[in-house]
Amino acid sequence: MARKLLLEHINVPQINTLAVYREKGGYRAVEKAIKNMSPEDVVEEVKKSGLRGRGGAGFPTGMKWSFLAKPEGVPRYLVCNADESEPGTFKDRYLMTHIPHALIEGMIVSSYALGAKTSYIYVRGEMMPQIRILERAIEEAKAAGFLGKNILGSGYDLELYVQPGGGAYICGEETALLESLEGKRGNPRIKPPFPAIAGLYNCPTVVNNVESIAAVVPILNIGAEEYAKIGIERSTGTKLISASGNINKPGVYEIELGVPVEEFIYSDEYCGGIANGKRLKAVVAGGSSVPILPANLILKTAKGDNRLMTYESLADGGFATGTMLGSGGFVVFDEDQCIVRNTWNFTRFYHHESCGQCSPCREGTGWMEKVLHRLEHGHGNLSDMDLLVDVSKKIEGNTICPLGDAAAWPVASAIRHFRDEFEWHVTHGEESQTGNYGLAHYADPLEPVI
Amino acid sequence: MADNEKIKVSIDGIPVEVDPGTTILNAARKIGGDIVPPAMCYYSKLEGSGGKCRTCLVKVSKGSEKDPRPMPKLVASCRTTVMDGMEVQNITSNEVIEARKGVVEMLLINHPLDCPICDQAGECHLQDLGFEHGAVSTRYEFERRTFDKIDIGDKIQLHMTRCILCYRCVFTADQLTNQRVHGILGRGDAAEISTYIEKAIDNDFSGNVIDVCPVGALTDRTFRFKNRVWFTKPVEAHRDCPTCSGKVTLWYKGEEVLRVTARKDQYGEVEEFICNTCRFEKKHTADWAIEGPRAVAHTSVISSNHYENLKPLQVIKENPTLKEANKYQFERSVRL
Repeated sequence: MARKLLLEHINVPQINTLAVYREKGGYRAVEKAIKNMSPEDVVEEVKKSGLRGRGGAGFPTGMKWSFLAKPEGVPRYLVCNADESEPGTFKDRYLMTHIPHALIEGMIVSSYALGAKTSYIYVRGEMMPQIRILERAIEEAKAAGFLGKNILGSGYDLELYVQPGGGAYICGEETALLESLEGKRGNPRIKPPFPAIAGLYNCPTVVNNVESIAAVVPILNIGAEEYAKIGIERSTGTKLISASGNINKPGVYEIELGVPVEEFIYSDEYCGGIANGKRLKAVVAGGSSVPILPANLILKTAKGDNRLMTYESLADGGFATGTMLGSGGFVVFDEDQCIVRNTWNFTRFYHHESCGQCSPCREGTGWMEKVLHRLEHGHGNLSDMDLLVDVSKKIEGNTICPLGDAAAWPVASAIRHFRDEFEWHVTHGEESQTGNYGLAHYADPLEPVI
Repeated sequence: MADNEKIKVSIDGIPVEVDPGTTILNAARKIGGDIVPPAMCYYSKLEGSGGKCRTCLVKVSKGSEKDPRPMPKLVASCRTTVMDGMEVQNITSNEVIEARKGVVEMLLINHPLDCPICDQAGECHLQDLGFEHGAVSTRYEFERRTFDKIDIGDKIQLHMTRCILCYRCVFTADQLTNQRVHGILGRGDAAEISTYIEKAIDNDFSGNVIDVCPVGALTDRTFRFKNRVWFTKPVEAHRDCPTCSGKVTLWYKGEEVLRVTARKDQYGEVEEFICNTCRFEKKHTADWAIEGPRAVAHTSVISSNHYENLKPLQVIKENPTLKEANKYQFERSVRL
């Protein structure tokens, strides 16, 4: 049984209440940090743990914290990015629904480490129940003296607020989130300056994902060295994976980084294999924006090594034959799924969510969606694939924020790996409306189950 | 600022010394000529503008003297400040030219291309941009987005169909006028400039949104369909205006003043914003003290017949310094 740090007590009844959470060892990290450690010690500890941002980019959290500018007389802010809206990712919502105090505790410790006196949890607007759960948890924590003035008699004050967003995917981008939090239109800012220098209300700000902040608690509880022992190389600790698609047991799993992808998909501890005895066709390993990989490349790297659930192993081979761990939205496709339809669907999402600020993303996402719509419905041309690749290249890297990249990668990778399926949609227009291209040569290299 | 505080950068191999905090675009403008990146959304008179249209993307092939690593992506030159020893490639980088071509194509896919009936034709930045950097034809085969025309007050008309969402008018309305009545509604390619429920901008300087608009989305209702701009003669004039500087360009057809605009420099930016009284109500020669013909860039269609031209630009692609400094790239692009 793999070690669980975040979801250890997930099945304990009433774990969402402060009393039960404390009974299970909750708020020890707050006591330890505030009573025995200086803020610098906490930052150092997080650095030593090797924790990497769980929101998608995988930037080392400790390093991000140490970049925070600390000018005299200017407040600093910690903002928790709970605007989880990537298709395929639902781990933060799960964590906030069931163990809200894990996030609150993490926020207190992290705010203490950064010297923030006011912190915000920016929650996606659709997650009203989670907002209420968090607000109740904050009330409880305040009543118990973990929040507010003079926490645990240390002289450290912290006010924690929950801010509902408007439900825009773009507000998950950190600078758009800050704009939205300030009450403006959620358009990403042009960087530099980065939030660590001029963020919320032009003050130094750190924006972290829910899971990154919650992971600070076990790091303090078990110690950075112990935490760094979990995982492989630079991917340390545990990670929540939201598994969905054609698998027997969809859900949120906490894995130790370094689990082989094959084990994750087929073992009964995790996904439990492909549903209905079908065969694996493709996997989107880290949420809709990362490149899709066919079965042969997701189970083994191009070099023939086993692919592991780590930042490095999934990225092995670059974008030619690799993908990214991203936010851990693990979507599995079986042989009956249509990659063209899926790509169209993803692109439709990015078209809808593009903020419209910069031209390549605003116009390009809509263009790609229209071309993919045509392909999916059997009216495409054979030149459309080259057109899509070219448009995606024109968007990628030329936009203000990473949404452009996120829109371009799934399209480029789907065509890179599944080009014959796209071509089949053109050459077999009518057949593609009822039938399916199936597995073809990217068949899963494992023996069929039946 | 003392000379020793100037920082040295080179753009396409041409060195220039600028003050710290200058953007790459403004450093390039200091050199002038072909190496100036085109800008559709940046407007030097409007704080916070720029970074959106992506036409001014350039390649930073050397970050600075201290950190010579190149920047990983192309950067928007209008919002990236120069560092000492920075080396920038604009027209000498194929990557930049390709990316810019892509941006022009993107800007044009939802643009109606109705130049023959557009009042902006002849002084339209998008026309110039498409001519200089675009492809011959489009690969876009779908319906373009359309909007109904909206009257903003009785003097300005907004035709969103032509808009490229540069946000210049939003910044103008924000910074020149007191009330925030002008902004963006919607998202993505459905976004539209709006005065929120078509509330008229009631401000003395609202007419300037017409001048800052790079395309024909915001037009002067007192001039609409009166004439093509290249048939009119631009003449500099001024008057003693209590609200603005009173320095304008009058556009004559025969004896008649067809329209009044602010004076625009070679980058199409106004020199000084003018008030609505000057723009819309003073349309008689008697109202103005005439200074003389307005110099127009020699490349402009407006200058095609006569009139005084600006001097030809100094740095052109045949410039020996540029050629020498970029020998390798030029040879490479010829080989390619």
